[in-house]
Amino acid sequence: MTVAIDRATGKRRGDRAPRPGLGQRIKNGYQKYWYAYAMIAPVVVVLAVIVGYPLLRGVYLTLTDANSLNSARTIGVNHIPATYKFIGFGNYKDILFGPLSYDRFWSHFLWTVVWTAACVALHYTIGLCLALMLNEKLRGRTFYRVLLVLPWAVPTFVTVFSWRIMLADSGVINQILHALHMPQPQWLEDTFCQRFAAIMVNTWCGVPFMMLSLLGGLQSIDSSLYEAAEMDGASAWQRFRHVTLPGLRSVSSTVVLLGIIWTFNQFAIIFLLFGPTSAPDAQILVTWAYFLGFGQQPRDFAQSAAYGVLLLSIITVFTSFYFRWLKRNDQLAV
Amino acid sequence: MSTTTLEKTEAGPAPAAQPPRRTRRGERGPLGAALLHGGLALASLIALAPVAWLIFLSLGPEKDDYLHPGKILGKLSFSNYSFVLEHTGFFDWFKSTMIVAGGTTLIGVFVAATTGYAVSRMRFPGYKQLMWVLLLTQAFPIAILIVPMYEIFSQLDLIDTYWALIVINCTTAVPYSAWLLKGYFDTIPFEIDEAGRVDGLSPFGTFFRLILPLARPGLAVAAFYNFITAVGEVAFATTFMLDDSKYTFAVGLQTFVSEHDAQWNYMAATAVLIAIPVSVFFYLVQKNLVTGLTAGGTKG
Repeated sequence: MTVAIDRATGKRRGDRAPRPGLGQRIKNGYQKYWYAYAMIAPVVVVLAVIVGYPLLRGVYLTLTDANSLNSARTIGVNHIPATYKFIGFGNYKDILFGPLSYDRFWSHFLWTVVWTAACVALHYTIGLCLALMLNEKLRGRTFYRVLLVLPWAVPTFVTVFSWRIMLADSGVINQILHALHMPQPQWLEDTFCQRFAAIMVNTWCGVPFMMLSLLGGLQSIDSSLYEAAEMDGASAWQRFRHVTLPGLRSVSSTVVLLGIIWTFNQFAIIFLLFGPTSAPDAQILVTWAYFLGFGQQPRDFAQSAAYGVLLLSIITVFTSFYFRWLKRNDQLAV
Repeated sequence: MSTTTLEKTEAGPAPAAQPPRRTRRGERGPLGAALLHGGLALASLIALAPVAWLIFLSLGPEKDDYLHPGKILGKLSFSNYSFVLEHTGFFDWFKSTMIVAGGTTLIGVFVAATTGYAVSRMRFPGYKQLMWVLLLTQAFPIAILIVPMYEIFSQLDLIDTYWALIVINCTTAVPYSAWLLKGYFDTIPFEIDEAGRVDGLSPFGTFFRLILPLARPGLAVAAFYNFITAVGEVAFATTFMLDDSKYTFAVGLQTFVSEHDAQWNYMAATAVLIAIPVSVFFYLVQKNLVTGLTAGGTKG
């Protein structure tokens, strides 16, 4: 007889039945789990076909010298077969250590790290401040909340264009700065200003998500903890430090990780803010890889894919370290 | 869960705002209240400004009006909107966006729901690996897939078809939807499954007849997430759609701004037309979106 549900899952850990012996479990394994496998089959197939296979194919491409001139293509009725060849780790060597590797990879890498760190720090700090304010008993709280979520509600590709108009040379931001007799930077031309503008726009877009997540976290903190802290004479700062922050720990670790991953891979904002061709120095690794593969002629497929593999390695290593660090901290804390 | 009895801290935004005298619970000095309102109003203004500016500019009929916003007030008109609706590919883009987003939603939600159910109810061998893969797939940079996909799809003659975009959008939307739905299925009592089994339903019957109808709110959120992901996708749509009648909104909007000519007024009007329905939908489900997100994440 098959068992419908594995009661060891979910929240009901307390009253599960004692587990059978190891031999029994192996014996029942397939009988018991066959429909679980049937149900995950669609996802496994979809992921294998549209992620797994392209991934392997991409890794293979990085070991070749493929570009748009030697790939298989069809011009009119003539089909030209692919002529690219296997060159081993040449692309990686070229990207990481080759001539001009600083300009082509390391400068973008450093900028990507700065971009990710700055954006996530700003998202989290501003998001936390706003969440704390929204968590106060206050007239018009719902109204503020609706307005503050707006940057998330409107699709990114729409709001980025709005920023592009506002940041244009004689756009409204520079007109205001002019009226205040302040310097008017060329937001979309000068490298430093481009980077500043990109971080600003991304911060604007990313704060609402952090704010809502942290607000949810704040509201789930048990109010008796605050009462107890107050009885013990804790000041406002001490209550924040020793009740609020620990209470937000699990939400924070999740949203910070998501924020880092999303910011690191943020394509739309930089791509749309500066257009496909300008601003080579403000490109983070993702948009730079896109530029190599699709923004220039001839399109350098192999190098672009190699950047992709490097990006994925960076994010995978980072995520596993993050989890390990999280686990160790949790053990220490309890 | 309830916020009403929460003792509030002044610490985050303005620790200095806490008056030194002893206040009763839930009370705040007038200075604290003013600071709170001031801070929130300023933040709301910043959040609102770019969107409001876009709406304002969309009412100015000339393409250089964004340089002289003061003059727009004197000649407000809806001429941009009628131009966009009558003389651009707006309805073509609308159609493509709907096909792509609708397809992604249908396929994505179905596939994610079965997976979410399986991982919610069962600990099968391979469970950990599957969850790890689902998490990691969300972290995939587009850069790693876009080149091989372009190559594969051109060999299959799928470039410039809706299928290509639907399939690709599923890769980003499905893993997250599966996490979200797992969180939702976890809240449905196991007794319901057991009752269905006792009454003679097959495991699939339990899922389709009992659990799916109960999970409707969760499915709605997942559907919305799929939809919004597909609508907002930029990189693949820009690269894979070549025929301008098949552009999605994300690509179509870029056509107003080329290197030589920028028709900001039409772009603004189109942007407003796109943003309004999407934002309205967004507000209907945003609360569930966040809850699902963090719940799914912390249980991993």
